[in-house]
Amino acid sequence: MEKIVLPEIENFHQLDVYIQNAGYEAAKSAFTQTTNQIIDTVKKSGLRGRGGAAFSAGLKWSFMPKNNDKPKYLCVNGDESEPGSFKDRQILERNPHQLIEGTIIACYAIGAKSAYIYVRGEYHKWIKLLQKALDDAYEKGFVGEKMKETFGTDFSCNIYVHKGAGAYICGEESSLMNSIEGQRGYPRVKPPFPAQNGLWGNPTTINNVETITNIPPIIKKGWEWFSAIGEPKHPGTILFGVSGHVNNPGVFELPSGTLLTDIIYKYAGGVIGGKKIKCVIPGGSSMPPLRGDKLEGVKMDAESLKAVGSAIGTGGIMVMDEDTDLVRVLARIAKFYYHESCGQCTPCREGTGWMLKILNRLVRGEGTSKDLDLLITIAKNIEGNTICALGDAAAWPVKFMIARFREEFEAVVKDEVSLEPKNKVHSMRHTANPIAPVQV
Amino acid sequence: MEFKFSEENLQKIELVLKKYPTKQAAVMPVLYIAQEQNGWISKEVMVETASILEMNEEDVFGVVTFYTMYHKKEMGKYHIQVCTNVSCMLRGGYQIYDAVKEKLGLDNGDVSNDKKFSLEEVECMGSCGTAPMIAVNEDYFENLDKEKALQILDSLN
Repeated sequence: MEKIVLPEIENFHQLDVYIQNAGYEAAKSAFTQTTNQIIDTVKKSGLRGRGGAAFSAGLKWSFMPKNNDKPKYLCVNGDESEPGSFKDRQILERNPHQLIEGTIIACYAIGAKSAYIYVRGEYHKWIKLLQKALDDAYEKGFVGEKMKETFGTDFSCNIYVHKGAGAYICGEESSLMNSIEGQRGYPRVKPPFPAQNGLWGNPTTINNVETITNIPPIIKKGWEWFSAIGEPKHPGTILFGVSGHVNNPGVFELPSGTLLTDIIYKYAGGVIGGKKIKCVIPGGSSMPPLRGDKLEGVKMDAESLKAVGSAIGTGGIMVMDEDTDLVRVLARIAKFYYHESCGQCTPCREGTGWMLKILNRLVRGEGTSKDLDLLITIAKNIEGNTICALGDAAAWPVKFMIARFREEFEAVVKDEVSLEPKNKVHSMRHTANPIAPVQV
Repeated sequence: MEFKFSEENLQKIELVLKKYPTKQAAVMPVLYIAQEQNGWISKEVMVETASILEMNEEDVFGVVTFYTMYHKKEMGKYHIQVCTNVSCMLRGGYQIYDAVKEKLGLDNGDVSNDKKFSLEEVECMGSCGTAPMIAVNEDYFENLDKEKALQILDSLN
């Protein structure tokens, strides 16, 4: 199987090895085409965003205004903070030049003179690797003013690395832009969309690192080649990051539509100790979980996962064996979203905290069956009522985990609400008709 | 405690400013430079950063308090970060966290009296495929178990 994003070539991250393998030739050929031709090629290739929403990359580019004197910007999103997602890190380490080349082509296609690659702050090591590759590319004249000479074109662009500082929310595109502008990373209300009003009020496009890394091969080999790989509605390869209870966790580049069971058993080495699977989260912790007994025939692409009630997300597959305590897992997921909520919208800021408190009560064995319905009610009141998708990301795991694994949760809750007053003295003093008999 | 950027760091800031069309946009990288020099972001650091970047002091404060990687107090020489998010948790992240807590005698966010260690329970660090993990300052240590994690702590001095 051909690898598009992570070719298995030794030292591919080094500029000379990359050049030996036809590196930066896609950019050269791109400069002989019009920007419309490139956008058209990417559109026809069917490439969909790899950051979670799976939106058509070519269509996104086409939203950028053509006749506009304002400066235009490209942001490449390498914030990668979704639990279970660790694929962009592989690209930064093993194939940074293809990312840089893709960035150049994308800049040309949308008319951007500056691009910011936003990498999460914890990736100190990978930021250094990317910066090294970028410095090399500048020195050889593939980026910056010198590229006019190198590629024989009158276009040039600059690429900068921007280091995040530990905020999950900055992976959200408008929050990412606020972060680059030097503000708190609060998401913006949409519309206006970034293509109209992005960085510093100028037209901006935001693409994921993996999406951009797919661009050079598409330009080099054509959209027909790319669109024939994997599932027609979500073509290409996807970096699947498998983690949790598997023998051989890691990132696997496979055609879209690969069977989930094949990824787990053939590539990730099966479940530790040969145990059964209880639960799989197919696309990072915010995506609806799937039951272990319903994995047969599930294909890993956006449309197929939608059909079984989940989503592809970032392709981070978390596998949990039959002994996993899902109540604790859900409480941990809820803790994450509580921690990462930016606090701008009330339903998310308050709701994530309430969900965490109730789930912790369940973990302590003090929950009641009413708590389960209460959790679902809170989740439904967050979903769709916030500026950005973090609200949905916090609500989905709670809503779907309880719906699909209700027996797990019912096993840890008491059936009835205890009406026994906790503080007897207090209730005697203030309640004319105590709701439960008070025994001294 | 007064704070002024060193000559060398002022030159670094000049380079950073070239990357952005506004001065404010440089606030995150400049705060990183300040943190490297000072160890943490004190009130004086924020005032100085605001003055260099011609920003309101409260806006700098807003940025510092939004992002978890800017230290709002003096941290240990070795800042130990243990991930306990789902992928790490499934492979023993909490066993490591509990063992580290016990060994250092610290809770989340604490700094040891001799300022050698500080501890933080962190959210997903992107090491899910090599879980569980701890990070010491900027370095990742992956594929750990309790014993290996404690050995790493022992090797720090």
